[in-house]
Amino acid sequence: MSMPSDGTGATVEPALGTLPETAAAPAAAPGERPPLWPPLPRPVLFARIVIGVALSVVALYAPFYFTPENNRIISQAIYLSIAAMGLNLLTGFTGQVSIGHGAFFGVGAFTTAILMVDHGWTFEATIPVAAVLSGLVGMLVGFPALRVRGLQLALVTLALAVLFPRLASKYVEGAGGVALLRPRRAEFASLIDGLDDDQWAYFVCLAIAVVLFVLAWNLVRGRMGRAMVAVRDQEIAATTVGVNLAGTKVGTFALSAAYAGVAGSLSVMIDRIADATSPILYLQRSIEFLVAMVIGGAATILGPAVGAFLLVWLRRNTEDLIEGKEILAPAIFGAALIAIVYVLPEGVVGGVRRLLARLGRRSAGSVARPAPASASDVPNDSINPGGTHDEGT
Amino acid sequence: MSLLELTNVQGGYGPVRVLHDIDLAVEEGHVAVVLGANGAGKTTTLRAISGQIHARGDIVFDGRSILGRSPEAVARLGIAHVPQGRGTFTELTVEENLRIGAINRVDGEVRSDLDRWYSVFPRLAERRRQEAGSMSGGEQQMLALARAMMSRPRLLLLDEPSLGLAPLVTRELFAQLGDLNRNHGLTVLVVEQNANLALDIGHWGYVLEAGRIAVQGDARQLHDDEAVRKAYLGF
Amino acid sequence: MQLFVEQVINGIGNGLVYGSVALALVIIFRTTGILNFAQGEMALFSTYITWKLASESDGFGLPIVAAIGLSMAIAFVAGALIERVLIRPVEQARSPLNVVIVTLGLFLGLNSVAQLIFGTDPQLMPSPFPEGNVELFSSGGDAVVISKETIGLIAVLVAECILLWLLLQRTNLGLKLRAVASNPGSARLHGIRAGTMLMLGWGMAAAIGALAGSLVASQRTGFDGSLMQIIIVYAFAAAALGGFDSLLGAVVAGLIVGIADALTVQYVDAFEGIEVVVPLGLILVVLVILPNGLFGRRTVERV
Repeated sequence: MSMPSDGTGATVEPALGTLPETAAAPAAAPGERPPLWPPLPRPVLFARIVIGVALSVVALYAPFYFTPENNRIISQAIYLSIAAMGLNLLTGFTGQVSIGHGAFFGVGAFTTAILMVDHGWTFEATIPVAAVLSGLVGMLVGFPALRVRGLQLALVTLALAVLFPRLASKYVEGAGGVALLRPRRAEFASLIDGLDDDQWAYFVCLAIAVVLFVLAWNLVRGRMGRAMVAVRDQEIAATTVGVNLAGTKVGTFALSAAYAGVAGSLSVMIDRIADATSPILYLQRSIEFLVAMVIGGAATILGPAVGAFLLVWLRRNTEDLIEGKEILAPAIFGAALIAIVYVLPEGVVGGVRRLLARLGRRSAGSVARPAPASASDVPNDSINPGGTHDEGT
Repeated sequence: MSLLELTNVQGGYGPVRVLHDIDLAVEEGHVAVVLGANGAGKTTTLRAISGQIHARGDIVFDGRSILGRSPEAVARLGIAHVPQGRGTFTELTVEENLRIGAINRVDGEVRSDLDRWYSVFPRLAERRRQEAGSMSGGEQQMLALARAMMSRPRLLLLDEPSLGLAPLVTRELFAQLGDLNRNHGLTVLVVEQNANLALDIGHWGYVLEAGRIAVQGDARQLHDDEAVRKAYLGF
Repeated sequence: MQLFVEQVINGIGNGLVYGSVALALVIIFRTTGILNFAQGEMALFSTYITWKLASESDGFGLPIVAAIGLSMAIAFVAGALIERVLIRPVEQARSPLNVVIVTLGLFLGLNSVAQLIFGTDPQLMPSPFPEGNVELFSSGGDAVVISKETIGLIAVLVAECILLWLLLQRTNLGLKLRAVASNPGSARLHGIRAGTMLMLGWGMAAAIGALAGSLVASQRTGFDGSLMQIIIVYAFAAAALGGFDSLLGAVVAGLIVGIADALTVQYVDAFEGIEVVVPLGLILVVLVILPNGLFGRRTVERV
């Protein structure tokens, strides 16, 4: 349901997607705080369990079914989704727009690569180090970021993403004299006898992704999640209810950077390379994470994963589509992005939710949502420079 | 014939219907007051008139139907809508805000109108080069009113002008409004929670409840009628 | 001393480039509130159109000034159309990030379509300015010169700034544009056609970008599809440094970035190979100390 948010006094709906589980909430007992994520109606819960089990089975069986090349691509989508989830925590839930997460990804990737190539570490051991290091960098960035708002923040992070490869090429020297490291294939050999290398790599990515997503899910459902959304939607009001603004922002920055770092670390296993020779590569990565988050559905838990897979699929298929006119591939890709955002402004997950809500409404005989009583109160005086440009719904 | 007439108006936001059957009329030169609790549909009624939401039914202004017209078109017909939140152009100066009010006028009297409103609202004159967003709520409300008047409207729609204002400021505001109506013939449709002050300057009152008109009548009578006051107006 | 001045002039030359693209970015931001990531590629496309109009061997052979003018007009219309068709429907869904995605999609699409239509070979863009240099002063026998081209660029940019400033601050149209950028809903209630203003803003920015791109290309010995890719980053930096609020600020910031870059290349060996650190670092430091950039006004937030 969209409500006008035109700066003339209507309620403001969170611009970046809605909180999970917006089904009609059962009324709380007096004196009890209503649950933020209300328990789901029985049939929905059942459906979710069935789908969840089915997906798990598919996920576990997939690597044995697909070719190594395809496993590699799926693994790429998985680490992409981890990075997108990280960005989602910062941008989707806390409202701090970053187009620099590629830099944190790079920090993680190079941490792993350097530890492996120069110091002989085993890959698996480098992952926590990469996470911590990129988290620290994220925290370092998060502090000055407190002073910078919205637009400027986006640009500062953009500067970071462009800066990173330059710094890396200054201080990192690989075999060829440039900032490019290629750990040997043998380093990533499977640690389990029955599994091939690519299957092992897939499972490592999958396991880490599951852990990180569950972690994010829990975070978002708890106090921290509420604080994040409060910061996103109405910062000043948030401080008046005791939300630690700085702590929330910096903490989320650090955490999201750590996610990106883990993704970067995993990328070294999947792509077997850490490469800083291209000045815009990490900017492109940052954009990938952002796109995955948005087309999947910002401020949702499944969104980044859906978006990542969709992105990878799109890229593969636009490349194949035009024989001979490969130069058009980016154009078709760009057009596809625009089309998706047109049709599904809340991302795939948001769109599916809306569809389900509409179907549910029809079958349940129109559960009357409480009329927007808030249409008459809550004057929206907040500064909205060039904000929404509605045509007047 | 009334200057503004609403007949069987329905409207809302997307799937949520807020107005169910609104019949309302505003005579030229009168102040019509719309009262009611939160959520009753007062603001939505104004939005329907100024074209900000889709509505069904009949909305006739000065003999012409304005249903379905865009807000810009409705404004150009001479209806000035001061929304909740005042609609201040926060980064622009006070004087620029006022000029925006007159932006579609082609006569040469904008300057003299500016002077006039500066003398009515001296605090605006003091702050004329100041960023509008830095002013207090009361000053911004005065600014919104003056800005609306700069367009020399035939009908003024006011949405909860007293919201967030100190009592003294509200009193001053309504005094100005009353003066504009009595001495300058301004037609006003004001939506208010502060029933007392609004009915004092009003001619006709409507009480909205759940998207319908529950009670209507002479403003003075509504004000004095104990039953109505207790049931709907809370005092 | 002489070397220093030369480097500064060098930096000014580059800085004017960054500043002129930054100007387009700021115009879009001030009139529509959007960060247009596709600005550079839109300028690139227009640059190709200018080239096509002016080229004697492959195009229509128009005089370069006429070609630039015509290209700007085409860009204006195209920019307005892009706003209406691509940006506005997406913005109506009320997510600022969605608009970012659209501009990114444009960024990808325009570049590849341009290469498809105009080819990937480097092309030559004639310069609208006379050739030759003007002597500034001489020290010990060698003259320090500034090219007429650079002087011309400065003149064009200053004129642009003045014209835009006059438009925005001194005309009713400019007031309408700023009103819509400030509070579009309220602007409509005052009878301002917000949609039209948005289209105008994009059209203007596109035209400015076309001018910038054409001039940039004429400064070089040849241009191709990569013309704008690094420039846009520097231009964003300049716009951010200037505070996104101020037209002149964007140009001055562009100069600062250009000069800082040139001087670093010359004098600071530690940064050899990574000179981009300097302007970017400059941005980071300045924004942290002055979050609204050098010239931006602080936005007052009343609860």
